[in-house]
Amino acid sequence: MTNSVSSTRPALGRGLRFQWEPAQNAHVLLYPEGMIKLNGSAGEIMKRCDGKRTVADITAELERTFAAQGLDKEVEAFVAMAVEKRWLEIQP
Amino acid sequence: MNAVLQPEIRNRPGPPLWLLFELTYRCPLHCVFCYNPTDFKSVGAELTTEDWIRVLGEARALGSVQLGLSGGEPLARDDLEPIVAEAHALGYYTNLITSGVGLTEARLQALKRGGLDHIQLSFQDSTRQMNDFLSSTRTFELKAKVAGLIKQYDYPMVLNVVLHRLNIDHVEEILEMAERLGADYVELANTQYYGWAARNRDQLLPSREQLQRAEAATQRFRERVGQRMRIFFVVPDYFERRPKPCMNGMGSIFLTITPDGTALPCHAARMLPGIEFPNVRASSVESVWYDSDGFNHFRGDSWMREPCRSCPEKHKDFGGCRCQAYMLTGDAANADPVCDLSPYHSIVTEAVARADAAPPSLERPLIFRDHR
Repeated sequence: MTNSVSSTRPALGRGLRFQWEPAQNAHVLLYPEGMIKLNGSAGEIMKRCDGKRTVADITAELERTFAAQGLDKEVEAFVAMAVEKRWLEIQP
Repeated sequence: MNAVLQPEIRNRPGPPLWLLFELTYRCPLHCVFCYNPTDFKSVGAELTTEDWIRVLGEARALGSVQLGLSGGEPLARDDLEPIVAEAHALGYYTNLITSGVGLTEARLQALKRGGLDHIQLSFQDSTRQMNDFLSSTRTFELKAKVAGLIKQYDYPMVLNVVLHRLNIDHVEEILEMAERLGADYVELANTQYYGWAARNRDQLLPSREQLQRAEAATQRFRERVGQRMRIFFVVPDYFERRPKPCMNGMGSIFLTITPDGTALPCHAARMLPGIEFPNVRASSVESVWYDSDGFNHFRGDSWMREPCRSCPEKHKDFGGCRCQAYMLTGDAANADPVCDLSPYHSIVTEAVARADAAPPSLERPLIFRDHR
């Protein structure tokens, strides 16, 4: 089963920079004159949003990596929020 | 030994997240509201490319992430491109703050290739240039060309317009022009009274009525264009009752390196007497940020006096601006007199009252920033 979110391919929003920041011990998003420090799961999702992987791919990969199940709701909710905030863009 | 050091490490200030390179004080313009020091001619030789690149590396290692490239006009340096490329490779988010003068396609192409993230185009104006600007003459043509290039290279079009008594009545025309240029963001920033602007304050401070009209015009414009163009209107702090949280407190996140390598905790701090500011030619960024008197002097709140010391809002506004306190009261450790709890607040309200009462015409000529 695929729904509308899970088949999309999110990528980093235009004009943003995403990276691991040792001084913050966190993944961060940089934008003009600002920085958002991401929590662990947000960072793990964001780093897989390369415009090639679908949300379903990302969920499956996270479930494998962290030996977890049923992460789809959490991942989809984060992607929807991040698109809303323009941290992510959906690739056609 | 570790046990002794640990509390210090725990209380260590955070890193200089926001690094500003004022690459040069050279500038083709002569703006009356420039915050650069009025004696900029006497500042020593500019840092070399190698110096700037070394500072980039040292600050990045401490945790700096945002790099502002400003001046003067940063494009007056012909090594802007390698500096941007190095900053990008190190992991900085790079912001160019420019008048657009000197931004050719070849240079923009090289900056884009080097990884420049963001451009803020400022409208410099004086009465004369404002007339040029509003009548679509040379200044406007240059801006339009640069704005076109910025969009062509897929940057958001971000405009910054400094407002003052002489142009604030034109806010509507300014916004219409920004719309024609295809601006995505417009910052209408009222003049802050440092450097050349402080000298010209009484000619530049708008009246309360002018300010209200400009805010109303901005609001009408916002309602018309909606999300297409976002507009920030920054009210001059003279009209507020609480001071701005200047620099989020000195030595908290902000580190400026001036053209000669002097490191400052804010753009204007060089004016503060009795404080020696370190220079990156002689000191590492780490020792500048953590060990120097220049950065520790007004860090935290132990320097505060009343009414700040016992104020419940002291960690909200950090007592306001040290430079403004010094310029207006003669002592940088006083509360920023913008605060209505300051015993010196009447200095600010009297300046506003004079602005309200003054005729719209100029009684004294403006002092244009120049090199003489």
